[in-house]
Order: sequence, then C-alpha cells, then structure tokens
Amino acid sequence: MSATATASELDLLLGRKWKKPPFIKRPWLRWGLIVGAGIYLALAISSVPVNWARVYEGLERGAAFIAAFTSPDFVSRWNDIYHGMMESLIMTVAASVVGILISIPIGLGAARNIAPLPVYMICRGIVAVSRALQEIIVAILLVAIFGFGPLAGFLTLSFASIGFMSKLLAEDIESMDRVQAEAIKATGASWLQWINYGVQPQVMPRLVGLSMYRLDINFRESAILGLVGAGGIGATLNTAFDRYEFDTAAAILILIIGTVMALEYLSGIIRAKVQ
Amino acid sequence: MLRLEKLTKTYPTGDQALKAVDLEVPAGQVLALIGPSGAGKSTLIRCINRLVEPTSGKVWLGDQEITRLGSGALRRARRRMGMIFQEYALVERLTVMENVLSGRLGYVGFWRSFLRKYPQADIDEAFRLLDRVGLLEMADKRADELSGGQRQRVGICRALIQDPALLLVDEPTASLDPKTSRQIMRLICELCAERGLAAIINIHDVALAKLFVQRVVGLRFGAIEFDGPPEALTPDVLTQIYGEEDWEQTIEDVPDEEDEEEEAEAEEAAR
Amino acid sequence: MAIISLPDGRRTWRRFTPSQQVIRWFAYLIGIAAFVWCWNRISEATTWFFVWDAPRIAGDILTRAMPPRWSYMENLWVPIWDTINIATLGTIAALMMAVPVAFMAARNTTPQMNVSQKVFRLIPPFMRPWLLTSTGEDSYSIGLIRPLALLVIVSTRSINSLIWALLLTAIIGPGVFAGIIAIAIRSIGFCAKLLYEAIEEIDHGQVEAITATGASRWQVMAYGIVPQIMPAFAGISVFRWDINIRESTVLGLVGAGGIGLQLSSSLNVLAWPQVALILLVILAAVVISEWVSAKVRGAII
Repeated sequence: MSATATASELDLLLGRKWKKPPFIKRPWLRWGLIVGAGIYLALAISSVPVNWARVYEGLERGAAFIAAFTSPDFVSRWNDIYHGMMESLIMTVAASVVGILISIPIGLGAARNIAPLPVYMICRGIVAVSRALQEIIVAILLVAIFGFGPLAGFLTLSFASIGFMSKLLAEDIESMDRVQAEAIKATGASWLQWINYGVQPQVMPRLVGLSMYRLDINFRESAILGLVGAGGIGATLNTAFDRYEFDTAAAILILIIGTVMALEYLSGIIRAKVQ
Repeated sequence: MLRLEKLTKTYPTGDQALKAVDLEVPAGQVLALIGPSGAGKSTLIRCINRLVEPTSGKVWLGDQEITRLGSGALRRARRRMGMIFQEYALVERLTVMENVLSGRLGYVGFWRSFLRKYPQADIDEAFRLLDRVGLLEMADKRADELSGGQRQRVGICRALIQDPALLLVDEPTASLDPKTSRQIMRLICELCAERGLAAIINIHDVALAKLFVQRVVGLRFGAIEFDGPPEALTPDVLTQIYGEEDWEQTIEDVPDEEDEEEEAEAEEAAR
Repeated sequence: MAIISLPDGRRTWRRFTPSQQVIRWFAYLIGIAAFVWCWNRISEATTWFFVWDAPRIAGDILTRAMPPRWSYMENLWVPIWDTINIATLGTIAALMMAVPVAFMAARNTTPQMNVSQKVFRLIPPFMRPWLLTSTGEDSYSIGLIRPLALLVIVSTRSINSLIWALLLTAIIGPGVFAGIIAIAIRSIGFCAKLLYEAIEEIDHGQVEAITATGASRWQVMAYGIVPQIMPAFAGISVFRWDINIRESTVLGLVGAGGIGLQLSSSLNVLAWPQVALILLVILAAVVISEWVSAKVRGAII
C-alpha cells in the first residue's frame, strides 16, 4: 500500500468541511430546477383567487357537514336514495360483465407475444382511446347521443372498463412464462387450444383479481355519472348538495364508502380463493 | 466490563432462546460465540443492546445495568456498544460517508443530523476511519455501489465512530467469500487490539474463529456448553456443541496466508 | 378433478366431479340471470326511440362540431393554467397530509408501546383488533390511531374527486381553490395507501442498525426509513400528479375551476365547435402528462 500517497490524501481532507454530494450533479441544472420550481409555485399560488370571507363563512357549513355524519338522514329521501343506489349497482354489474367479456379478446390482441402486428396495432389503438377519454366526458357525449338514463352510464362504464382491463391483461400476458406456453404449442395444439391450456391458466388468477378491482372502480365511477344525467346515485347526491341537505348527502356518502369497503372485502376473499 | 446475569429470553411462541446465560467479558477481550443455527447467538447479542428485549436477567456494562434503563438512557448506553451486522445493514441509498457518520447519531441532535451538519471532529474521525479501512476514495459513493467486503468495512467504521467500549458483531462474514471473510475478521480483531475494545463475535466458521480470537464460547439450545481458549476446542467439544460429525478437518490449523493477502490488498488499493 | 365410473362400468377422467359440475352450472346460471335482470332494468329506464335515433344524432353532432373553433383557443390559456395548478398544488397538499397518515397506518411505524401480557388479557378479545395492532412481540399500536388512519385512507379513496368538488363548492363556494382542495382530499387516501405499503416492505435490518447506534426515534425515521421509501414516494407523487391532471380537467363541470368550466358552459349553449376544441386540448393535456410522468419515473428508478 502506498502509504505516503494515502496519508497526504487524508491530510488534505482533515479539517475540511464535508457536504453530502447533491442529488443533481450539474449545478446549473440543479439551481435552474430549484429556482424554476420556486417561481412556478409563487406564480401558481398567487394566481389562485381565494375569497377568504367566503371560506370563513363556509367553515360553518363544513362543520355542519361533518356533524351530519354523526346523524345521517337515510329516511326523508329514502326512495331517491334507494333507486339511485340500485341504478348504480345495476350499471356497475352490467357494465363490468360486458366490459370484461369484450376486454378479453382485445387484451389477447394487445399482447405482442400472441397477436400478429396488425391486430396488435388495432387493439392497442382501442386501448389508448378508451384510456385517454375521461369517464365523465364520455358520459356527457353519450348522454347527448342516447338521451338521459342508465343506458348512457352503462355504455360509459363498459367503454372505460375495456381500456383498463385490456391494457392490464395484455401486460400480464406479455410477462407470462414463455416456457409453459411453448410446451403446449409443442404438443401440436391449435391456436384456441393453446390459449386455453398454455395462456389461460397463467393469467386467470390475475384476470379475476383485475375484474374485482374494476367492479370496485366502476361502482365508484357510477356515483358521479348522475351529475351529467347518466343515471345512478350521483343525481340524488347532487340534489342533496344543492339544497344543502348535508344529512342526506352524508347518508349517501356513507352508503358509497360502505359499498366500496364491502366490495374490497369481497374481492379480497375471492382473490385469496383463486390463488 | 460486560457481565450477563441469568439472561433469559422467551419468545411469545414459547421458544426459549436463552436459558439463564451467565457470561463475563473483561475489557479488551475478543470472544467468539459459536453454535448451531438457532442456538440463540443472535438473540444473545441483541439482548445486550436491547434490540430484543430480554425476558429476565441482567446485563451490566461497566457499572450500569442495561435492562432497567429508560429509553433516553438506553440510547446513551447504546452509543458505547458498536454493532456490526451479517448483511452489513448499511442504509443503501445513503453515501458511504453518511453511513459512517450515522454512527454519531446518538451524539448529535436531530436537526444537525437531518441537515448533515456534523461537528468537524466527527467528520475528521470518519475520514480517518475510512482511510484506515482503505475506503477513503469511496466516501461519496452510494453504499449500494460497493462490494460485500467494502460494505462490511463501512459497517465497521460506523460501529467504531461511536467510540464504543464493546463491539457486538453478528455473523460478520456469513455473506462474504472465504478470502474477504479472513480480511474482515483480521481487520475487526486488529482494530479491537488498537483501541482496546472488547468484542463478542457470532460466527459460524469455527476454523476462522480459532485463527483470530482469544476465547471461544459455545452455545447450544440457549445455554453455554463450552467456554475456553480456542486450543481447547477438541472434536469432542464440537460434537457437544454441534452434534456428531467428523471434526478433524475443522480443527487442523489453517496456514495463515498473511503475505499473499497483503499483496492482494495492495492491489485492491492501487485500483 | 376426478376419476368417474360410467354407467357401463368403464372408468374415465373428468376435470370436475358431477356435484362440482352442477355447482358450476348453477353459478353460471345465477350469473347470467343477474346480468339479464340488470340489463332489463337498464332497458326499462331507456327511451329506445332515442337510441334507434342515436346514429343520426351522433352524425349530426359530429358535423356540427367540425371543424373545431380554433380561435376560441385564446380563451383557454388561463383555464389550462388553472387546471395545471389545481393538479400540482392539489398533489403537493395531498402529499403533505398523506405522509403522516401513511406513517400512522403502517404497522412498523405507527405509534406503539409495549403491552404486557397482563394488560393484554384485561382487554376483551373482541376489542383487541380495534385497539391493538400487533407490531412485534409484546408491542402494539395503542388506541385508535391506526384504525383512524385507515379510515381516512378508505373514505378519501372511495369518493371520487368530482364528488369532493361538489361538496367543496357547496361549502366554500365555486372556484379554483375548491378544486385544489377536492383533488388534495381525494389523493390523500390513494397516496397514503401506496406509501404505507411501501413502508411496511422496508428492510428491517437497516432500521435495526440505525437503532443500535443510539439514534432517537426521529433519527431512526430520517436515516433508517426515509431513504428506503424515497423512490416509492417520488414514483407515487408523479403517478398521482398524472392522474390529477386528468381529474382536474373535468372539475369545472361542478364549478371547481379549470378548463371544465369552459366545457360546461360550451355544452350548455350547444357550441359544439368549442366543445370539440376543448376535448382536443384535454386529450393533449392527458397525453402530455402521461408522457412527463413516464419520463420522470424512468429517471428516478
């Protein structure tokens, strides 16, 4: 060991200050990012108009709303709530079934290791369009086209499910174990047999899990579709807020949270069973 | 300097990991703790600094009784016990220097440590230690960029910068190749001698332990089966600790490859 | 899977036993019946005359919407700026609240203390899951801290940001501020859930090593835990920001600021060329934010 060299190196360091090396090495980039972020935040915050008087007034209503959670009113608008919740559930179930059934072939088509290139491009295109469009925007357009009612909501949720499920299913198929699938192919199986024996068993547990997760999301989304007239509990909720009937709104929100929790619990059980 | 009195640990599952262990370690003594997996070696050293709470018994460090300390006093007591881990346990996303300085956490306040504003004396000591273990030029590398042997050296620096009186060493070589294992063991023992530290070293490798330590303690089912100098480790004793096996090979003195390793170290340093 | 004896005495292999088979068919039957029933209910609530007319209406809207009214763009720059601010400031606010919630929800960091077996037995068994969360041997999180943190996570997560916006416009009045808070509240649960899962997965050895140096509780947090969850934290932030850009584009529909306000007013007056332009802008925003988030996440990981 060249003791002198190391010793002098050490001597140079002793008594010196030590600083953690910065995360971004280039100083101009680091300072540029910091200053840029600072300027952006200052501009952004200053451009938000806040009417503090209004907010202060609102605090009272906020407190009333929170208080409403301790005494939710299920009774006075029970009819509206019941019909809204049923409609939401019906749309959720129907849209999940249709969405999942359609997303299976599209998911197969969007997996590069299964589908030929033209099919792959078409299916990926469908997925991209479905994912890029917000549920609520699709709902607005569909309400304009099909009229008010749960049909528009059902179609919206189906459409959104297709993009979500197909993408995740395709990714799952692309990352599956190649060897198992090849072994089935080597037996001389036809394409459908190959999918049935080589691919399906591998992706089935995940498909079930995803379906349950999508059911959950569809229910949460169905709660807002009513805002634009596409059916479900949203319309009732909107009315409740408009009339400042916070106890009814609290009742609806509790029902939504309860249903979501129940769905999560159910999906936990089902996923545990499948795996 | 360290004295264990009837130290007992019973896990909630009912497993008795330690059965009333009595042990005394004088200042400056390096002790190897051997025994089969599950004999309670890890539990024993973790009970000393109370990473695992002992069920009953006493731990005396100097004239202080560790098991009765409240959390503040326990933290101050832990500063006097450096610990070195099997899987190095470096904070992987921090730099080597930060890992070494983290040994001073017990001495500096939260904001100083959070802002990395350590006293100059700590920084100098960290550089000296890194230089001592040959990692000075790695100071600003991230810990996960280092090899296993290098990481363990950083772990040693972190323990030593605490300025401890006692080192608790948990399987320091279990994740290392045989050659690096020897280098690390030698380094630990040299540093203990330099600084007059006592050490308890948990180790699987009996042959390696015999090379470096002054005293061997054998643990089996949470009780001490053997306590003596390394020369007294006969096949009979090993059978008593570990169970039936042909021990002749392990007992044979392994020639020390001092020179060869010295060369290799020089090469490594040159790189 | 079963070996089955056929009526003629031969034995054969079937994937399911006959009783399994019956149950499966029954399950399918129930599933189909449920779907048919749901579909009937939807169908009853639908005016089919409009549906048969839909292709014509769709074509009609499309011809009216084309070409988009490009000149309207000058009215959109400010709403776009607002939309980005809602998403960004909302995400920042959410993260500030999500971090403590996540630390309170994670088993290994939730405030905890040792409970001796004696005290443990004093608490009635049905109360234990609510009051005590096992965080190691003899050590439990005490009181309602963890359950409350989990409740915050589930309740903020299950309610869509549009509903939060609806609520907040009712409480503090319409505007960008309501939008920011709506986005922030909705994101707390999402970020806190992912973050607390990351905290529960950290390497305990590193925490132990920092504890052994005599570090205080906060120092263990800063040195042993925070560095380990930093990558997850950065990933979650950017991921949620991307989602929030999408969500903030429509908050204006309920009056909570951003480009959705223009969308809503254009829809009200059936100004389809403006609607077309706004939809194109939203689409572009979504694509760009997804690209940015993918880039940033790639740079971090």
